[in-house]
Amino acid sequence: MNVMEHLPALIIAIPLLAAFLTPLVDKISKKVRNAVVFIALAATFILTIFLVQDVFENGIMIYVMGASNPTQTIPMQAAVPIRIVLEIDGLSAFMALISVLIALIGLIYSFSHVEERGGKFYTLFLLMLVGMLGMELTGDLFNLFVFLEIASIASAALITYEFKRGSTTEAALKYIVISSIAALFVLFAIGLLYGEYDLLNMAAIAKAIKITGLSNIDMIALILFFAAFAMKAGAAPMHMWMPDAYGEAPGAVSMVLIAVTQASLYALLRVCFTIYADSLHVVIPAAIIIFGLISIFIGVTMALIQDDIKRLIAYAAVAEVGYILLAIGVGLYGVLNNEVELYARKALQGGIFHIFNDILDIGLLFLVAGGIIYITKERNLNKLGGLAHSMKYTSILFLIGLAAVAGLPPMNGFASKIMIYESVYKVSPILSIVAILASIIMLAIFVKIFHSVFTGPKISEQKDVPKLMLASMIILAALIIFFGLFPDIIINNIVNPAVNALIENAAYISNVMG
Amino acid sequence: MIYNLPFLTVVALIAIGMYAIIFKRNLIKIAVGITILESGVNLFLITLGYREGGVAPIFTNLPPGISPDQIPEKMVLPVPQALTLTSIVIGVAVLALILSFTINIYRKYGTLDAGKIRRLKE
Repeated sequence: MNVMEHLPALIIAIPLLAAFLTPLVDKISKKVRNAVVFIALAATFILTIFLVQDVFENGIMIYVMGASNPTQTIPMQAAVPIRIVLEIDGLSAFMALISVLIALIGLIYSFSHVEERGGKFYTLFLLMLVGMLGMELTGDLFNLFVFLEIASIASAALITYEFKRGSTTEAALKYIVISSIAALFVLFAIGLLYGEYDLLNMAAIAKAIKITGLSNIDMIALILFFAAFAMKAGAAPMHMWMPDAYGEAPGAVSMVLIAVTQASLYALLRVCFTIYADSLHVVIPAAIIIFGLISIFIGVTMALIQDDIKRLIAYAAVAEVGYILLAIGVGLYGVLNNEVELYARKALQGGIFHIFNDILDIGLLFLVAGGIIYITKERNLNKLGGLAHSMKYTSILFLIGLAAVAGLPPMNGFASKIMIYESVYKVSPILSIVAILASIIMLAIFVKIFHSVFTGPKISEQKDVPKLMLASMIILAALIIFFGLFPDIIINNIVNPAVNALIENAAYISNVMG
Repeated sequence: MIYNLPFLTVVALIAIGMYAIIFKRNLIKIAVGITILESGVNLFLITLGYREGGVAPIFTNLPPGISPDQIPEKMVLPVPQALTLTSIVIGVAVLALILSFTINIYRKYGTLDAGKIRRLKE
């Protein structure tokens, strides 16, 4: 068996197998369980790197589930794809790489303190990863719905992992209600498209829409998809579940939840750029830009008044999603108006790069906040203080995350934000002004946290965080600084293939439909 | 008209479900609303695949009285039914999760009124 040929299936299958193996191994011993989970995730990570390398070198990769020849998309005696097709282009590969990397870092972090009910924790953790990867690798709409539900169910259960605090269940209930409504919207839209075209494959539907033009049913389906995925991606004013879920989830789960959110963002991009593509009306990019602006505004203003450290970072995460939406909306607007080279390519580069930077920056802050809560058992900013005396490394790492989120020059946040500012300025200067002002407020907010948590007289004697926690934070901080110092390497090698996949959607269709 | 009846039912079910989710404050009623919404979507999928007088798509076990040249008109496409089954299974899992959350919330807060469950606000 040629392993390279079956990479896409293995990447989904290995964590899925390990997820259901974990509760069994947990009965034997905790160490074996941790080893199994880590080996499964590390193997997935290595396979994903192979996959990403292959996709970036040889173009789109196709895998047909259950076919004797995994690259034969259309079976003999049929005119359309019938089996489930996994289709990995530059964007899917980019998102899969982020998801697995973040899950691996989150796992190292969780090893340091998750002991009680650990078997369940790691099962759900791996299932969440399976959901994300499935959404990102699949080329089939119904499959997308199934993996969306897997990711939602696993994340909702993880949010309420510390169920003894009632508020975690409250957040999880909000999350699962929003998720299931969004998923049912998606299913209804899939039903509409299926009724019209008899197709479930994304590439085949994209081709059908291209040939027949946009019908009314397509438009209803588009609005349902858009509403559902924007809701799941946390675009304000549909963001209300996000601060609760991020704020109440335990340590690393908050960080991995950002990756789940971004998988929904990926689905939104796939629907807009690949399935509907040129038949979109300009209203859609305009709506994305407006959602982006509202998210930035609500994110920073609500973050200003928070007392709970994790809720505050969660609102900053809402604002970061706003930046991505702003850049993506401007990019889509440029693509529809045939102004790709003028500003759309740069806006998309900035937006896609910011997807990676957002998860690194906010992820690092969530990990630091999780460490502080783990050590001090205190979440309220007014009751924390003077931690820099005992937690030297953590405070330095927090400073790095702070500078990155606020977009200060040597960090990665600056590298992507400057691209967003430059490109959105060409559409309207107001967009740039709002984005820059929000960044400044963000700096003020995080300086306030740093001041109230780390500086001041020593309140009590504390240890520093456990070593594995520190290790995972240092990996993130190293990536942040590396991305900030050498943004060209990242943009040329991993961002550009994703941007090209968005702009040139014809390849996505022709690889399946021949 | 009579053929549109299932689609009208779909609209009614989705409307009732959305109404319950948006306007009802009792968590159990919200869970019921989600279930009704899901039934509406499932009914929509199953209606899409309906064919009057259709037979199961099994070539080796055709009912008597159907000649092979009638097969294209008579056989039902199995995909919508497979989708519906999958969706029902997922729906059960989601409903179980929502109800277990509701139980835990009742234990911690002593109420099921969504208006009073507000420790996380702003």
